[in-house]
Amino acid sequence: MTTLKLDQVSKLYRSTSRDGGLTPALRKVSFEMKPGEVISLIGESGSGKTTIGKVLLRLTKPTSGTVTFDGKDIQSYSGRGLKDYYRQVQGVFQDPFSSYNPIYRADRVYDLVRGSYFPNVGDKEWSAKVEAALDAVALNPGDVLGKYPHQLSGGQQQRLLIARALLLDVKVLVADEIISMLDASTRVDVLNLLVKLKRQGLAILFITHDLSLGNYVSDRTIILRHGAIAEMGATEKIFGNPQHEYTKMLLTAVPELHKKWQHAPLEEVAVSASGNGLNGSGADVIATDAPASRLAQASILDEITHAEQVVKRDLRAIFGGNRAAASGKSQVAVALEPPALHEFEPDHLVAEPE
Amino acid sequence: MSVNVENLSVAYRSRRGDVTAVDNVSFSLADGEIMGLAGESGSGKSTLGNALVYLDPRMKATGGRVTVDGRELPIANNNAMRPRRMTEVSLVPQYAMSALTPTRKIGKLINDLLKSHHVKDRDEVYTELRRRLALIGLKEDVLSKYSFELSGGMRQRVTIIMSTLLNPSLLVADEVTSALDVSSQRAVGEMLIEFRDRGYIKSAITITHDLSILAQIADSIAIMYAGRLAERAPTSVLVDSPLHPYTQALLNSLPEVGVRHDQVTLTGIPGRPPSLVNPPAGCRFRERCPFAFAKCVETPPFEEIKPGHLVACWKVSQEHADMAGTGQGLPVREKV
Repeated sequence: MTTLKLDQVSKLYRSTSRDGGLTPALRKVSFEMKPGEVISLIGESGSGKTTIGKVLLRLTKPTSGTVTFDGKDIQSYSGRGLKDYYRQVQGVFQDPFSSYNPIYRADRVYDLVRGSYFPNVGDKEWSAKVEAALDAVALNPGDVLGKYPHQLSGGQQQRLLIARALLLDVKVLVADEIISMLDASTRVDVLNLLVKLKRQGLAILFITHDLSLGNYVSDRTIILRHGAIAEMGATEKIFGNPQHEYTKMLLTAVPELHKKWQHAPLEEVAVSASGNGLNGSGADVIATDAPASRLAQASILDEITHAEQVVKRDLRAIFGGNRAAASGKSQVAVALEPPALHEFEPDHLVAEPE
Repeated sequence: MSVNVENLSVAYRSRRGDVTAVDNVSFSLADGEIMGLAGESGSGKSTLGNALVYLDPRMKATGGRVTVDGRELPIANNNAMRPRRMTEVSLVPQYAMSALTPTRKIGKLINDLLKSHHVKDRDEVYTELRRRLALIGLKEDVLSKYSFELSGGMRQRVTIIMSTLLNPSLLVADEVTSALDVSSQRAVGEMLIEFRDRGYIKSAITITHDLSILAQIADSIAIMYAGRLAERAPTSVLVDSPLHPYTQALLNSLPEVGVRHDQVTLTGIPGRPPSLVNPPAGCRFRERCPFAFAKCVETPPFEEIKPGHLVACWKVSQEHADMAGTGQGLPVREKV
């Protein structure tokens, strides 16, 4: 059984913006991907969900922690071993319109795969293989082969890229926001395709910020917040009985067709929620202060952004100011330490409020 | 009627001739109404919204008439439009997140805006500005910040505040929630409702491809397909008992929270919209429509089936005519 496993993976980004410093993008994230399972990774912008995808695809190196594939650290792969890794682990990304080179025909992505992985396969066998892959993603070869990217719809382009992954001996698919740029009418086709591939034994990491899409397609769900896992477990448990305040807040904000948001008119007050420093970070503002209104709640989220900037500045002082100070490292460790996870029920882990 | 659009057509100039992106569209908005405009990419929804405020050099109005509060809006004449913008019609552009220049502080941008619109009593506007910032939970110090210092949700809200500062009759909000996380989406959506309730804007057109957002904030929804309006109805009617086959298919393809693949398999709409360069005659949805029949080669009229419920579909018109004869109501779509 092939499993891809993250063990205590952390990632610090050195930011290039004016205030500089380091941003903790992932804080000791651990989970496992099994064959035949779709995991949806849900989080808001800046929660680190794309970073997880990048780490799995070896597009970025974790600052600490390991990712193992069948028990072997993926950072140890090189040359032939790495090529073999990519034969089994592939990614599809958000924007199909910029995944192709517009001056070549779209199916050139297949020729590139053939050049690197199947140099000895004959023309006939290859076209049979391509047709089988296209068939698996419900595309008609005549409709898409030989076309330029601009002649294809977003849904077709995205499915072509999934078919490209299927040409390889793919076991794990990292799907990073693959449907957020598609129209509602073609979205569902791509989702249903993921379900079909899962039934054939693929492990799929479905990265999204859309809770209803994540719920529709996945077996397990991970809610990510500020780079750490807030809640994790079987999808029906997370959505049916959310425990973490953050998950609950996300779920109440999801727009639904047949249920209206509870809209309470705003009172004429200026909202002031203060978040400052490492200790009094914005997080406990959410946990303790009942927000005056929905809009105020959003402004608390903004406050969190401010609090994070303060964290960043502190990290910078530690790293940039006096590297020799040994105490610095332990402080970073504090900032990086994720809230502890405890088991609420079988297959349902909840983090402490942060 | 605060806004009235009659037979509006807008075309893009292209080397292959004019491409009519908005084809003979008519609708009206009541005072205090927020209308949602939904459709697939390329359906002309943004073109329609933009045309009401600013026709860029690639676009030209090829017909139709727009009135706001009883006065005609000279949409084809850029100079005549200038004094009408911000005060009568205003736009929150698509990608509003990147609409704010990074080289100026927000306060300076707002100052420029007031100057170019020759606002005399600026102090009064500033007082109002501060009140609105406080209302939506933004601190006054955003005015002394650059746009890149704000989060996406804050930027979006600042843009809406700027667009509505001079209390326009009509606000066109193009994809204001699309690039946001769910919590900020909700804040921005409720901000629009709140601004309408307080009379900062008289009416609004919210353009999006996300029907579930519209179900939250819009009073009525218009569905656009390949440059034409397919259906228009009050929100609850359109969501619960849509009549146009395209609307029905669109709603069936939306997953809701709680729906899982092992319980319900949702279906997409096969095919893709026709090219607008040489659009086929007749109903433009007929290639993808499961109910298409001979009559569909003629263009269906956009007619009122029930009060406030307009549909452009031959099948619906016929059924309606049949039912009217026997005194029965219209068939209602089964809920998923």
